[in-house]
Amino acid sequence: MALLEVRDLQVEFDTPDGVVRAVRGLSFDVAKGTTLAIVGESGSGKSVATQTITGLTRGARISGSAVFDGAELIGADAATLRRVRGAEIGMIFQDPLSSLHPYYTVGWQIVEMIKAHDRSTSKDAARRRAAHLLSLVGIPRAESRIDDYPHQFSGGMRQRVMIAMAMALDPALLIADEPTTALDVTVQAQVLGVMRTLQQEFGTAIILITHDLGVVAEMSDEVVVMYAGKVMERAPRRTLFYRHHHPYTEGLLASLPASGEPGARLTPIAGSPPSLIRLPQGCPFAPRCRYAFDKCKAEVPPLATVYQDENHQSACWLSAEEQVRESQRVVTDEQEATA
Amino acid sequence: MSTSDGPGTTPGAVVVPALVSTGDDPLLRLEHVSKSFPVQSSKLFSRGHEFVHAVDDVSLEVLPGETLGLVGETGCGKSTLARCIARLYDLTSGSITFDGKDISHLSRRGMRPLRSEIQMIFQDPYGSLNPRRRVGSIIGDPFAIHGIDSRAERKKKVQDLMERVGLNPEHYNRFPADFSGGQRQRIGTARALALRPRMVICDEPVSALDVSVQAQIINMLKDLQDDFGLTYIFISHDLSVVRHVSDRIAVMYLGHIVEVAPTAELFEHTRHPYTRALLSALPVADPDAADNRERILLVGEIPSPTNPPSGCRFHTRCPKARADCVRTDPALERVFDDGVEHQTACLHPLAIDEDMSLSRPQIEDSEIDVASIPDQEPTTGGSQ
Repeated sequence: MALLEVRDLQVEFDTPDGVVRAVRGLSFDVAKGTTLAIVGESGSGKSVATQTITGLTRGARISGSAVFDGAELIGADAATLRRVRGAEIGMIFQDPLSSLHPYYTVGWQIVEMIKAHDRSTSKDAARRRAAHLLSLVGIPRAESRIDDYPHQFSGGMRQRVMIAMAMALDPALLIADEPTTALDVTVQAQVLGVMRTLQQEFGTAIILITHDLGVVAEMSDEVVVMYAGKVMERAPRRTLFYRHHHPYTEGLLASLPASGEPGARLTPIAGSPPSLIRLPQGCPFAPRCRYAFDKCKAEVPPLATVYQDENHQSACWLSAEEQVRESQRVVTDEQEATA
Repeated sequence: MSTSDGPGTTPGAVVVPALVSTGDDPLLRLEHVSKSFPVQSSKLFSRGHEFVHAVDDVSLEVLPGETLGLVGETGCGKSTLARCIARLYDLTSGSITFDGKDISHLSRRGMRPLRSEIQMIFQDPYGSLNPRRRVGSIIGDPFAIHGIDSRAERKKKVQDLMERVGLNPEHYNRFPADFSGGQRQRIGTARALALRPRMVICDEPVSALDVSVQAQIINMLKDLQDDFGLTYIFISHDLSVVRHVSDRIAVMYLGHIVEVAPTAELFEHTRHPYTRALLSALPVADPDAADNRERILLVGEIPSPTNPPSGCRFHTRCPKARADCVRTDPALERVFDDGVEHQTACLHPLAIDEDMSLSRPQIEDSEIDVASIPDQEPTTGGSQ
């Protein structure tokens, strides 16, 4: 059994403009000790989905199920969620400065976190553990820096502090929501390295939420591609990059500058993502898809196995056969749609 | 280096870099450009004695019609340099020549005719457009300011521009909030192009956009360059984007240019250890390449530009640092048998195919100014 099993998760928000359907029927598994990357553009629902699983979404209508280590998290009471968060599921976010309290030393915050979950730990033991954690994530002179305040650390170092705190109680799952997006590339490489090392050492499973396909290629075992609140494609890392099926995945990879010759024209996806209030009737990607045909605009394709590979699923009506695909391709002159 | 250095003091090498001569006269020439900002001292009664040396002794040329990429990490001074070129900042020292004319000390009024020739596109498509004004009047502003045309003619010109950048001209009366991030970047571009500038400085124009939209904007900028014969200075922290759009690339670190070369040359014959580290840290969306590539993990982070390290500013993080790096600030010059267009500021540049992941710094602890290195042990070599 997988460590985390999410089934048909739906999250809706009521807003003055209408109902925002942020997550629409999301299902995925995370196995112990592996990394699942969730990729998507802004508004694809990737962050909302994981926040909902850990009970951090407020004012939303939620349905579906998320079973973590045998226990249901959706609809669980606050006390249960509080026990799970931190102790069993650690979390790190994009902006480490706003996730750390500016008035307390980082050591105090880690100690507080350890003691909140395990009152029997002595203060000294918790402090020793905090110092050990800080050195694990590569903070030099951890014993002295433990008494520093968050503002005394640089961006990359703060993110390491966040990782140390998330790992403090040896969680089985770490949810990292755009952990390196705010960091420079050389620092990003350091932080990703820390995450990789900790995973090897402690066997932690990681859900890595990112928009950066480069980070996905480096870090993931399995990948879920989200668009407009739905899973478009799900596959192991190599399969996704080398044998993807969904036109959206194809479009994302093709629009990367590295994919073409320098100076050549890039191949963007025309248009922009749909409004989550007024979603298209059929496949949400159909209005931007170069292969779209009538059925795509009328019916939502289910997430189904493709290429006879049970690990590989794609939500697309399009046949997997190359010739058929090509014949259906609409040659648009990069109709970069407006409004 | 003491903390009380005034602006513009340049220790060590003051060799005039061999300026590239390719027959074409450069459109823009920077000579020893420096910009420092006074910072508030933490001490109560001393003020104005500390400076952030954001750009320090930068010399560069930009040829007409080319795209010069400017890359570097946060705080390396790339945006400050851009703003100096557009004369949004006054220079601390040095000179800027645009189209043969020295513009380094022009007054605001003196700059005005040049404003139509040098334009900027900014990173944040949300912050750079006034939310209370209609798109048509935002794009039409340059015409109004420079007193061009009647109202009706102006509207027609604005709508032409909107069409050129891929916006629907019928949306003339909409507000910025009605547009997506990518479309706002098109609005910003239309505004920048209104007066047919010769040079456009693009400061992280696609960094805030999703990849699929990013590609649309990059293509648009390329098309506009071809159509209008624009010269671009393209600033980004994303090397894959810069590689794609640039003819030449200049790499900045702590206010200095550490390497400048034609794009392919920079990637294939990387000379500066910092450039190599940047390239190796760039995540590539290809699992095979990701699994097999050379990984150079730099120790620590970029030091404070208020009190930069002595000698070569990269020596505190450089795997190839030697004792002389601590003392000597290397000049930007040709190394090995590189062409004149490839210049590197390094005392121990990389040979072709040199494996830098094996290098370890060889400097005495005491030679490093520890105070200037935040968050790191001075000599922890290699990976962490």
